[in-house]
Amino acid sequence: MKFQPVIGLEVHTQLKTGSKIFCGCSTTFGSEPNSQTCPVCLGLPGALPVLNKKVVEFAIKAGLATNCIIAHHSVFARKNYFYPDLPKGYQISQLEEPICRKGWLDIQLEGQEAKRIGITRIHMEEDAGKLVHGDVPGLDDGSGVDLNRACTPLLEVVSEPDLRSSDEAVAYLKRLHRIVTWLGICDGNMEEGSFRCDANISVMPVGSDTLGTRAEIKNVNSFKFVKQAIDYEIQRQIALIEDGGSVVQETRLFDPNSGTTRSMRSKEEAHDYRYFPDPDLVPLVIDADWVQHAHKELPELPEHRRQRFITELGLPEYDAEVLTASRGVADYFEECVAFHHNAKAVSNWLMSEVTRALNDSGAAIDACPVIPSQLAELIKMIDKGAISGKIAKTVFEEMWKNGGEPQAIVEKRGLAQVSDSGAIEAIIDEVIAANMAQVEEFRGGKEKVLGFFVGLVMKASRGKANPALVNELLLAKLKVQ
Amino acid sequence: MKITVADVEYVARLARLALSKAETELFAGQMDAILGYVDKLNELDTADVRPTSHAVPMENAFREDAVNPSIGVEKALANAPDRVDSFYRVPKVIE
Ligand SMILES: [Zn+2]
Repeated sequence: MKFQPVIGLEVHTQLKTGSKIFCGCSTTFGSEPNSQTCPVCLGLPGALPVLNKKVVEFAIKAGLATNCIIAHHSVFARKNYFYPDLPKGYQISQLEEPICRKGWLDIQLEGQEAKRIGITRIHMEEDAGKLVHGDVPGLDDGSGVDLNRACTPLLEVVSEPDLRSSDEAVAYLKRLHRIVTWLGICDGNMEEGSFRCDANISVMPVGSDTLGTRAEIKNVNSFKFVKQAIDYEIQRQIALIEDGGSVVQETRLFDPNSGTTRSMRSKEEAHDYRYFPDPDLVPLVIDADWVQHAHKELPELPEHRRQRFITELGLPEYDAEVLTASRGVADYFEECVAFHHNAKAVSNWLMSEVTRALNDSGAAIDACPVIPSQLAELIKMIDKGAISGKIAKTVFEEMWKNGGEPQAIVEKRGLAQVSDSGAIEAIIDEVIAANMAQVEEFRGGKEKVLGFFVGLVMKASRGKANPALVNELLLAKLKVQ
Repeated sequence: MKITVADVEYVARLARLALSKAETELFAGQMDAILGYVDKLNELDTADVRPTSHAVPMENAFREDAVNPSIGVEKALANAPDRVDSFYRVPKVIE
């Protein structure tokens, strides 16, 4: 029997606010344990939560960017359970009336049609604290609780079970990741847990329309692990069914070391969260004006920008996709093009030299030492024939290391391209005289030897000779018997 | 009976409460009486009424996204039964 996997994802994105969702404590990552706490986020008796307005604004943005309906009326609810990282004994979340509903994102796998993935809902909630085991001296057989993260704002984005493979799941996650970072509402740092994913996975016989029993894999924190965890889980469930067993509805944990998932016994007991509206937080009412205002404030979204790069700037689809991987890259690209209207050349430079240098240094594009106007100027110099593409790479390296304007560097280091045919001819004559054997080969019909001569001439000119001119003059001289 | 002894036992387990048999029976009777009283509302036609989530007709209470000083580690841990460094220490939790 052939099986069809069915996957739905729940993504938790930590919002980039300065303070927590219900109190004024800082959300900074990595501080001393419990140093960013107060009566509200410690869940001390009598402390009252007050909603951070920015969280609502971010949620509306996320909803609009994922084609959701923004609820006119929404409420917070208490999700009741006991765990040491949850000081109140309940998590403030949203259940029946979330802020966003019924959206979608399009994904596209290579060589396939675009596919629309439904988004069931997006809701606001607070994060729990963090537990540490073992790696603190003195903890011994206990666990440590750090409540700095408790009460930091999260958006939970719940997809429809529309995904049919681990590749689709990863493509959807990458799209969502790009949206929230593009909007500037989440830093997207998966290692620090700012963007993490739970996957609901089931399998059913191909052609069936009855969903199988699903298992939920918790907290997978990289694209690679998501793929591994889903692939493993699909195989596990199929093997189980083929052996005559059945899948149990349960929560499972992915182990990155072994690439497998295992049952979380501690959560075996079926959860009954007894949700109810939180009486401490009044309902949230978002009117049309607010939504409209938020709409106006949205940046141009990646998909739209990608299309525009293709239609307006004439970029190939591949380039447009790469250049809209992040808003920083897209902004940088467009700033360059504003200075110098050669979109394809700018694109080539961004995708090769700039990307390579950024990767080597580990810097983000917003910290790129070569600013857009400088890169544009450099490309302009190539296009005008003032320097060769090869020399431009040297100039770029210099700009990257020590800063400075390309023009000044070219002048200071005497790198300007030689387009003086007399000077080039002199070099050619020398090269030809020293390599008569190869000249004969060329004249005998071995035209590949031209490359050999071009190389020698360029070398003799220390890369400064205008390559087009070198070619032209060389050909003329070589052909003359 | 709307609320049975089994219901009370179940809710008590969710709330991690250890009730005696006598308490369980007592609470079952009391809760049943409360629900029976509230049940009177079902005599009204509430088809067009939004479920009440809050007793006071208020909406949109916000704070701006501003960081306030926290109370500090020592105060945060002052009532903790056990601690190690700046952590609360609890019995080992294993996933
Ligand atoms: Zn706080």
